[in-house]
Amino acid sequence: MTTTDRRPAYVPLPRLAPLVAESTFVRRSLLHTVRTPDALIMAIALPVILMLMFTFVFGGAIDPGGDYVNYVVPGIVLLCAGFGAASVAVDVASDITTGIIDRFRTMPLRASAVITGHVVASLARNLVATAIVVSVAVGVGFRPTASPLEWLAMFALVALYILAITYLFAAIGLAASSPEAANGYGFVLLFLPYISSAFVPVDTLPTWLQWIAEYQPLTPIIETIRALLLGADVGPTVWAALAWCAVILVGAVGWTGWLFRRRAGRR
Amino acid sequence: MTSTITLSGVGKSFRGVRVLDGLDLAVPRGSVFALLGPNGAGKTTIINILSTLVAPDAGTAIVAGFDVVRDAEEVRRRISVTGQSAAVDEMLTGEENLRMMARLSGLGRVQAVERSRELLAQFDLEGAARTRVGAYSGGMRRRIDLAISLLRTPPVVFLDEPTTGLDTRSRQELWRIIRRLAVGGATILLTTQYLEEADQLADRIAVLDHGRIVAEGTPAELKARIGGEVLSVHDAAGAVLRDIPIDGSIQGLRDALATVGTADATSVSLRSPSLDDVFLAVTGQPAPARTDAELIDSKG
Repeated sequence: MTTTDRRPAYVPLPRLAPLVAESTFVRRSLLHTVRTPDALIMAIALPVILMLMFTFVFGGAIDPGGDYVNYVVPGIVLLCAGFGAASVAVDVASDITTGIIDRFRTMPLRASAVITGHVVASLARNLVATAIVVSVAVGVGFRPTASPLEWLAMFALVALYILAITYLFAAIGLAASSPEAANGYGFVLLFLPYISSAFVPVDTLPTWLQWIAEYQPLTPIIETIRALLLGADVGPTVWAALAWCAVILVGAVGWTGWLFRRRAGRR
Repeated sequence: MTSTITLSGVGKSFRGVRVLDGLDLAVPRGSVFALLGPNGAGKTTIINILSTLVAPDAGTAIVAGFDVVRDAEEVRRRISVTGQSAAVDEMLTGEENLRMMARLSGLGRVQAVERSRELLAQFDLEGAARTRVGAYSGGMRRRIDLAISLLRTPPVVFLDEPTTGLDTRSRQELWRIIRRLAVGGATILLTTQYLEEADQLADRIAVLDHGRIVAEGTPAELKARIGGEVLSVHDAAGAVLRDIPIDGSIQGLRDALATVGTADATSVSLRSPSLDDVFLAVTGQPAPARTDAELIDSKG
């Protein structure tokens, strides 16, 4: 070795400050959203079209009084959240199959933060979509009587539901073998609102279907949103709604974590 | 000489198939070390173990003083990896990919922007900076992938078949970058199927075949193992029919010529041994011929 050592001191990468990875991944997922506007537009347009269909085409038959739009909005809000969150399954499955998660795993960061990024971006995206859907509903005759506090409670419950169903879709994305498969599995979840009190009162259904509709998670959530928006007494259904959201959220987070370790852990 | 990378008795099987079989390897600090072998020899598995993606079934692997299993987090702070399948975000532009990875590597916002600009220029991607990576050609994807892995230079750099799919000009540019990294003091472990590449770049080469190291040494040592000269036998059209290693003596040349049939062979030439000859000598089989199809889906 000569007297002049030109070697720069190669140093270890620093430990990331808290939340740097998470905020970087949220930014990444939001950029994905901006890059695929068609997906976002479809996720908003489809529920809006369904709302217009139910209000103007079927609504007269279901509720001849013309008040059907007031009945259907809570269900449409949940339907919209489902459509919006479904894309997370495809995003997560793509990340796993392209190998980009493997690159993150060789870096000194929590690789599962990439899922956190997708979930937070989905929450932001879907709250905007919810606001748009409610605005359109008001345009076609929806007349909510909620107080500011009830609006806040409504959006908080919708946010909790979005979070829970997004994590469920993230787990489906991890469980699926490809983005296409993730899309297919996710589709099944989107049928849940139809067998609930979203579009027709539960007591109009055949008895066996009533039982399913009564006890599936969406019905208490829809009933709570409906009560909040129309200024009715919320009653004990709110606890059922919150409990369902919490159970789905905790279960889905646990399932996501377990699947992430299996799909993106050391082999 | 201290070793930056040490593998002792490392074994790994996937679904009952033994990929690595009691592998020992030591890579000296600040050197360029090439793992040379055909597809399926276990090259990528070694990189995956060293970069904490895969746990070995047996043995220990130490990188920059830390065990890859027990101290994975510390290892990850000291390595950079470029894999075979260019792991980049196709929905983002080249510039956005670099900035994201820069932030994840601990650079501040302003530094991330500056460093990304430097690398886009260095890898001749300035014109495509605002284009989505999904629309890049194969060579451009390789270059952005490499640029990402060079955002920061940690003490150890793994390059898994870095020049596969690159054109000659990009390959030479990458070789220049690798040499500069080595001069800078980084320890570089690269895998390659290109024998010429190992010869050009590496201080030491290990020849890998079926999960075992069948030969190791400097390029000169490996070449010396097969003797002084190679007798190439050509047909009338000039195509090489056979390569016969000879020891450089007249008797050796006579013996070699005696084995050549005269049916097709019309001419001979003498040349220095290449690493292809080394491969043949140590594995008993010719180095695999590379076709374009293999270059695309090589997952060795």
